[in-house]
Order: sequence, then C-alpha cells, then structure tokens
Amino acid sequence: MSNYLLSLAIWIPIIGGLAVLVAGSSGNDSKARGLALLVAIAGFLVAIPLWVGFDKANGGMQFVELANWIPRFNINYHLGVDGISMLFVVLNSFITIIVVAAGWEVIQEKVAQYNAAFLIMSGLMNGIFSALDGVLFYVFFEASLIPLYLIIGVWGGPNRVYAAFKFFLFTLFGSLLLLLALMYLFIQSGGSFSILDWHKLPISLGAQIWLFLAFLVAFAVKVPMWPVHTWLPDAHVEAPTGGSIVLAAIALKLGAYGFLRFSLPIAPDASHELSGLVIALSLIAVVYIGFVALVQADMKKLVAYSSIAHMGFVTLGFFMFSSMGIEGALVQMVSHGFVSGAMFFCIGVMYDRVHSRQIADYGGVVNTMPKFAALFMLFSMANAGLPATSGFVGEFMVILGAVKFNFWVAVAAASSMVIGAAYTLWMYKRVIFGDVANHHVAELTDINTREFAILGVLAICTLWMGLYPLPFTEVMHASVTDLLRHVAISKIQ
Amino acid sequence: MEMQKLYLLVPLAPLFGAIVAGLFCRVIPRWVAHTVTIAGVAIAFIASVVIFRDVQAGNVFNGSVYTWLTSGDYKFEVGFLIDTLTTTMMLVVTFVSLMVHIYTIGYMQEDPGYNRFFSYISLFTFSMLMLVMSNNFMQLFFGWEAVGLVSYLLIGFWYTRPTAIFANMKAFLVNRVGDFGFILGIGLVLAHFGTLDYAEAFRKAPEFAGTTINILGSADWSLMTVTCICLFIGAMGKSAQVPLHVWLPDSMEGPTPISALIHAATMVTAGIFMVARMSPLFELSTTALSFVIVIGAITALFMGFLGIIQNDIKRVVAYSTLSQLGYMTVALGASAYSVAIFHLMTHAFFKALLFLAAGSVIIGMHHDQDIRNMGGLRKYMPITWITSLIGSLALIGTPFLSGFYSKDSIIEAVALSHIPGAGFAYFSVLAGVFVTAFYSFRMYFLVFHGEERFGKADDDHHGHHGDHDDEETSHDHHHGLAPGQKPHETPWVVTLPLVLLAIPSVVIGYLAIGPMVFGDYFKGVIFIDHHAHPAMEHLAEHFHGAAAMGVHALTSLPFFLALAGVVVSWFFYMKRPDIPAAIQRRFSAIYTLFENKYYFDKFNEVVFAGGARFLGKVLWRGGDVGFIDGVIVNGSTKLVSMISAITRAFQTGYVYHYAFTMIIGVFVLMTLWINRA
Repeated sequence: MSNYLLSLAIWIPIIGGLAVLVAGSSGNDSKARGLALLVAIAGFLVAIPLWVGFDKANGGMQFVELANWIPRFNINYHLGVDGISMLFVVLNSFITIIVVAAGWEVIQEKVAQYNAAFLIMSGLMNGIFSALDGVLFYVFFEASLIPLYLIIGVWGGPNRVYAAFKFFLFTLFGSLLLLLALMYLFIQSGGSFSILDWHKLPISLGAQIWLFLAFLVAFAVKVPMWPVHTWLPDAHVEAPTGGSIVLAAIALKLGAYGFLRFSLPIAPDASHELSGLVIALSLIAVVYIGFVALVQADMKKLVAYSSIAHMGFVTLGFFMFSSMGIEGALVQMVSHGFVSGAMFFCIGVMYDRVHSRQIADYGGVVNTMPKFAALFMLFSMANAGLPATSGFVGEFMVILGAVKFNFWVAVAAASSMVIGAAYTLWMYKRVIFGDVANHHVAELTDINTREFAILGVLAICTLWMGLYPLPFTEVMHASVTDLLRHVAISKIQ
Repeated sequence: MEMQKLYLLVPLAPLFGAIVAGLFCRVIPRWVAHTVTIAGVAIAFIASVVIFRDVQAGNVFNGSVYTWLTSGDYKFEVGFLIDTLTTTMMLVVTFVSLMVHIYTIGYMQEDPGYNRFFSYISLFTFSMLMLVMSNNFMQLFFGWEAVGLVSYLLIGFWYTRPTAIFANMKAFLVNRVGDFGFILGIGLVLAHFGTLDYAEAFRKAPEFAGTTINILGSADWSLMTVTCICLFIGAMGKSAQVPLHVWLPDSMEGPTPISALIHAATMVTAGIFMVARMSPLFELSTTALSFVIVIGAITALFMGFLGIIQNDIKRVVAYSTLSQLGYMTVALGASAYSVAIFHLMTHAFFKALLFLAAGSVIIGMHHDQDIRNMGGLRKYMPITWITSLIGSLALIGTPFLSGFYSKDSIIEAVALSHIPGAGFAYFSVLAGVFVTAFYSFRMYFLVFHGEERFGKADDDHHGHHGDHDDEETSHDHHHGLAPGQKPHETPWVVTLPLVLLAIPSVVIGYLAIGPMVFGDYFKGVIFIDHHAHPAMEHLAEHFHGAAAMGVHALTSLPFFLALAGVVVSWFFYMKRPDIPAAIQRRFSAIYTLFENKYYFDKFNEVVFAGGARFLGKVLWRGGDVGFIDGVIVNGSTKLVSMISAITRAFQTGYVYHYAFTMIIGVFVLMTLWINRA
C-alpha cells in the first residue's frame, strides 16, 4: 500500500475529478459538491502517511515508484519524494479541501466542472512535485496550466479572458524553454529522462549557463520573479476565490520547486556563477514590489503583489547556498500557502457580500463582522511576518541567513519588515477599522460556520507553524544537506 | 523540578486568562472576564514572588522548554533564564499589571469592549513575561513583537476613532523600523557567534572584541559596534528614543490603563531591559555606548521641553515618560546598567501611578482631558490628589522618595563617566531635572489647585484638546462636565491601585538602592568592564547608605534645580499666569517649534510616508504598467511566435508531440464538458 501512496495522491483527485463531472452531468450540483469534498478528503488522507511515514534520516527519494511508460524513448513513470518535495504534496492535498469548501455556496454555475477542474489540478500538481522523470514532470507541469486557465477563463471576473490569456502566454513562453532544456539533457545523458541521472551528469560551464537560463525563465515566470510577474496580479484579480487560493498557495510554489529540483543540482556551477543575478532579482521583488503593493487600490492586487514580494524571499533563500537560506525558503513556501490562501479567502468573503475588491468601498467592517475582523487580523499579521505566526519563521531564517551571506543583502531583505507591515496594516486599517463607511458595509453579515471553519483551520495551521515549526523543518534537513553537498561539487570536467 | 513548573506558570496563567476572555468575549458575562484575567495575573504575581525569593537564595535557572527549530548547525529554543534581572522585571510587570487589571474594572465600566480589553491586557502580560524571561535572542524577538502587537491592538482599541487607528498603525510601523535594526543585530550575533543563546553568545563575545567586518567601502567596522548599534536601534523603537519616539505621544489614543501599563511602566522599558541584558556585548564597544548616551541625552532633555507646552493631561505624562526613558538610556550609555534598571523599576511605579491618577482625573472630569479646564480638583478627588502629589514628587526626585535615588544615581554616574558624549549627557540630565519639575508641577497645579475652571460649559475647549485634532471627529470620547456639575472621586477599584502604587513610589528607592545598585544583587548578571568604564566603580565609592545619600542631596545642585522648577511653575501658573502667556508671545518661534514637536511628524509624513507612496506609484505606473506590460508584453506576441518558430526547427516531433497531444486532449475534453452544462 505504502508503495503506491504517491500514485494514489495523484490519481485519486484526477479520477475523482472525472467522477465529479459524471456525477454532476445530470445537473445535480449538491451531489457533485459532496463527492468533490469526499475526493479532496480522500486525497488528503493518502497524503498524510507521506509525512508521518517519512524517514527523516534519509535525504534521498522515498515512496519511489518506477514503471516503464514509453520504453522506446526510455520514458518512465518514475515517482518519489524527498524532504524538499514531500511537504508540498501534503500542502497541496490539504489546500484542495480548503478550495472545495471555499466554493461551496459561492459557485452556483457549472458546479461539477468547477470542482472537477480543481481536483484534476490538485492531482496534476502532486504529479509535478513527485515526478522524477523529465517527461513526466513536463507533462504534469504543462497539463496543470489547463485547469487553472479554465478556472480563470470560465469562472473569473469581467476581464477574465485577457487575464487568462496573459497567464497562459507568460507561462507557455517559459515552458518552451524548459522543454528545450529537457531535450538537451536527454541528448547529453545518452538517452535518459531520469532527473536523478541528470543530477549526476557532468556538463561544461557554458552549457550549464544556457541550461540555467532556460530553467530560470521557465521557473521565474511561475514564481513569479520580477520582471516576469505582471501576469499574476491580473490573474488573481480575475480568478474566483478558489482559483486565487490555489494560484497563491500551490501554483507559485511550482516554479520555486523547479529551482531546487532542476537549476541547482543540474547546473550547480552556473547556479553559483549566476547567483548574483537571482539574488538581485529577488531583492527587487522584495523591495520594489513592496512599494508597488503599498499603492494598490484593489485588495486582491495588493495581496498578489505581496505574494510576489514573499516569493522573493524564497528565491533569495535558495541562492545563498546555506541550510538556513534553503530551509527558510521552504518554510516560507509552506507558510505562504496557508497565509496567502487565507488572505485571498478573506477577500473572497468580503467580495461575496459586497461584490467589490476596492479598498475604498470598505471601511469599518469590524463593526458588522467582528469575528471575521479578528481572523483577518491574524492573517494580516502573519502576512506582515509577526512572530508566533508561520509568516515569521521563513522570513526570520532567510534574513538571518542573509546576514551571514552579505550584510547589505540582509538589509534589503529586512526592509520588508517595515514595507510588508506598511502595506498590510494600511489596507487592514482602511478596510476593517473606522466607522461604517457605507450601506454595503452596514448590511454585512458576519462569517457563517463554513467560512469560520475554513479560516479557523488555516489559523490553526498558521499558529502551529509559527509556534512549533520543528516538525516542518526536521523532515527537510537530510535532503537539504544532501543538496548543498551536491551543489558544492563542481560538475565541470 | 517544582520551580520549573512555576516558571511555566508565570506566563501561562495570564495567557489562559487572555484566551478565555478573548475567545469567549461575546458569550461570557463581564465578571467572568475580569475574574479569570485578574486571577491569572495574580497567580503570575504570586509565583513571581516565590521565584524571586528562590533566586535570592541563589537558585539561578537557565534551560530550554522546547526546541523551536533546528537548521543546519543552528538550534533555536524556547527557554527561560531566571536570574535577578529577570525576577526584578517579573515582579514589576506582574505587580503593575495586576494593579492595572483591577483599575480597569472601574475605568472601562461603561465600555462595550470590556471583555476584549481584559483579554488584551492579559495577553500583553503574557508577551511581556515571555520577553523578560527569555534565555535567547529569538524568544526575545518573539516577545518583542508580541508586545508590539498588543500595543497596536490597544492603541486602536476604540477602532472607530480615526486618530486611534492612525496612531496604532504609526506605532506599529515606527516600531518595525526599530525591529529592522534589531533583527540585523540578531543576525550578526548568529552569524558570528553561531548561537542565539544568551549565555553562549556572551561567553563568546570577548573573542570578537577586536574583530572587524567590511560593511561600507574599504573601511573596517568593529563587529561589536555594528552589532550593538543594530540591537540598540531596536531599543530605540520600543523605548521611544529620538528619532523613533514619534509613536509614543500618539499612543495616548488608547485607553488610560494601557497607557500606564504598556506605554509607561513596562513595554517601553523593554529596550532598556534588553540593553542591560546585553551588557556583556555593549561593554565591548565604547563607540556604541557613546551612541547610546547621546541618543538618551537628546531624548531626556528635548522631549522634556515638549512636556511644558502640552495641555492634554495624558500627553504631559507621555512626554514625561519619553524624557525619563531618555534618562534610563543615558544610564545605559554610562555603563550604569543597574542604575538604569533601578530607575526603570522606580519609574514603573510612580509613572504608572501618575497615569492611573490622570485616568482617575479623566473619569472625574467626564472624559475631558484638557488641564486648562480643570483646577482645584483636590477638594473633590482627595485620594487622587494625594497620590498624584506623591507620584509627582517621586518623579522630580524629591530626596528620600524612590525617583530621587534612581535619578540622582543616574546624574552622578554620568558625571563620572568619561566616554565621548558624557559631557553633553551630564548637561542634559541636569537641565532635565529643572524641566521635569517644571512641567510636572505645572500640571499638578493646574489640575489640583487654583481656580475651578471646569463646568464652564460650551464648546470653546473643544477646538484644542489634544494637539492634533485635525482628524478628530465629533463622536470621540471627550465629553467634559456640564455647567454646574462637579468632579467626583472615583470608585475604590480605581483608587486602591493608586494607593498600592503610591507605597512603592515612596519607599522602594530607599530600600532597594543599597543592594540593587551598589550591592551584589546583579552580580553575574550585569557585566561592566570597570577598566574601560569605571563610572560605577567610582560611584560606589561615594555611596554611604541611602539615608546619607538623601541628606547629602539636600545641599546638591539637582535638588535646587528641582526646587526651582516647582517654585517657578507655582509662580507662573498660580501667581502670575500672565507671565507664561507673555513668554509664549515673546518667543513665538520656539513655541511654534515645540508645538510642532520639532516637526518630526511632518517630516516623517512628507518624506517617509509620502515618499513611499510616491515611489510605489512611480514603480507601479512606470515600471509594471508602463514598461513591463506596455513595452515588453505588448511585443510578446512577436516574441512568442519567434520562439515557437525556433522550437519548431529544433523539435523532432517525438516528445513535444506527446506533451502537446495531451494538452490539447485535456483541453478539448474540458471544453466539451463545460459547453455541455
């Protein structure tokens, strides 16, 4: 059983998603919803043993599955997770439940298709995190674009077609370069698509640089890093709440994960060579994007920009080549899944009632939604990196790691302590505090049980990870140590 | 083992109260909320007393509770360091907190947020205890930010008041500027000492006394100087030192009990505590100590000046707090750490007393805070009057009262210090004595003596309560007495804490100075390099007991300065009120400067807040929308077609084919399903 956990984590949501389509085909929305929730829970249940049964001492791949897929090209159905990827399979499966619950009453049109899209995407994303074969990875990587594209394009806001197109264009552009890189590696390795083989493959510095740049473009678009980030705010603004949650909580992590699975181990020399570039782009994301977030009038855009700034910490952490940096970045990725997911859900809660995302349309929400205001405060503080919330842990580790790396890098990174607090709390002040601003706010009803449950669960996760992050980091140690050891050895022969 | 459970009980008991009162604030009746929180804090206080006695018996504890995180070779733990410095802080925090909890029953009586308020102040007590009991920098930072959070919540407690929600955001952000420096300091400690554990870091620190790092250009910077200044920037934010002091006067928007607890007695002294705790690090850098003493001296004197022209009763006390925090900082700079902690303690009692007394006056005046509308209150509020007098006398340093011992020790220590900046600091703290006495008794006379100016009705005072009413709206909490209405003494829950705080305000200095400042109390806790910074050693030679010190002071300069301050304020405000008015006209330029608080707020609003918004707009409109989307993405269609042309040339049809077919397949499938519904 435990040998097929990864396959189950991938295929339960995908097949379940197809079943939801069938179940909802007769127009029976509640049946589709119920089944979707069951599938999501089942998907999460099979993911839990990955964490519980994970061997912390082993830095290599675990729960490995290997079968021939297309023998002619030596393409295999090869799955496995290490301390770097395992948490994301669990996180993704968990967020899927949140997403299905988030759309429960809100989505009234094409309910089955909506839920199916999310479930299928969840399975595909689990595939990305566990694929050890280049082609398998690429297929999952590309296929996951489609449901998200549809979610934005079908259930999105008024400008959804433009946003979906921009999203598709940006990411497709990146993927084509990724494909090129994979092809090159296939040829260089003498016909292997195994990512683990590629890790061991000696490559000249020149080739490494080209590979690195191809990966950089592919993954930077997904993260997204400055300057290829402009699709994200548009995509978020148009996406339905669930789409935003998945986009922020999981989809952004795919690019960052790619750096650790491809860029660093396959092109370690180029990674060192070009680390300055990535760090510069990361710091621009942290500082520049922070200022941009400050002046946003649309709450979703503001949180989208804050996501980019937070992801800047992730890429910054990776390229300092220290365990504090990489583990801090991984922690930041998981935490960002909880916190930004919750932030987008909070905005969705208000949007469902007032049908506006403009900060100016709110004010004094605390008067009518006190429970909501309290929870939103918690997530805002987590977004601003307050200790005892998960948002603090990753930033703290990356900043501390950065001080050792270079003092001025740390200064730039630490400036987010001020800017991040400024844009988050300024938004909170304008939206939540004050007198009731207009009749829309006056008519608001506080969150219902379903909304409270979703935010409550995310709040527990946020606090748990803030107060006791050890269970999250101890599973990473062995793999991160192995990765660092690997990256330290030159591949140039 | 028993003691260790007790250590845990101290922070957890208030936390429990906070959780109960907070989570169920809409369900439970008021008496449950205040009972459970007061019980929690009372338990913490009693446990603190027991721990204090245990530590006095020689049982110092340093151990971890649980491992928070490990990464690489680094280990971060949550743990306690229980020594005399910790127990002093624990006693001060839990005692003042207990008084404030009791007081709140009376003060917040009519407030709909009663339960929420109790939850917050208990949560604050928990956070502050975690801060002072920590045995490592990480947990210190945790407590540091947590008290900042609760301060934010409490300043904005009346969340519909525009001034309050502006003030709380300002407080949080200014504190974050300090924390920005603080976290870099912590990072330097970790990067060079390899640990965030106090004991280990302090042990390793001397090895790095001569280490230099390359920060700017080719100049070598002393590691310890950079580290200590970074850490001190954190203290400047929390302990409101110039130029990061701007948040504290505005924090008076919060209810008065928290002004006493957080913005006078405990949280704002966290920076002082931190530097005293870090004495083994600061002693390694005279440059950093000079920086500390100069910042402290500027704060002590120049913030005192502003206290003179305030008319809001709470703001007078707030500027007095800023000035006194400057005194403590000066003491730190002079390597008189024990004196700083001693002043922290005495100040906690008399300043909490003054704030709570001010709150009592505010209740008596029906929420009118303008001292120009008061006068002659001693007749109507005798307990508040007497306790305020005691607090004021303690504050200005009347011999034998607590403030005298701590403030006089600071002045003497600075006089004996020879680090750069000590001369200026000596002048500042000396001049500050006159200023303190002047503004304290200006307020005292205007409130409790002279003509009864209340009940004169009408709106003429509505234009000038507080000094930035620009945003003030009509429905704030300032009501004032109706014509003919008299102030009244407040209920016992309000006056009891005043009396209980007045007692230590009188006696604690006399009792504690011997052991705490000149004895072995802080032995092994506070480290002073007597060779480089001999001020404390010399000071000890001059000390011949508390009684002798008091008698000797009657013929010393600070005493006459304080006396002069009282007499002048009496003459100005009781005898010849035309004189201050004339001075104000004569020196209108200086008056305007004071009234605008040296233009710090205006500067910050224009340069930092305005600048950040301007920069944001430029980067967004110009960078994101203009350049990236406008130039690059618009041209991307071309680019994409170009790249796909290249890939077409490259690809042999095999792999790409598979992937592409699948994408199209899923795409078609999904589209089909969607179109069906």
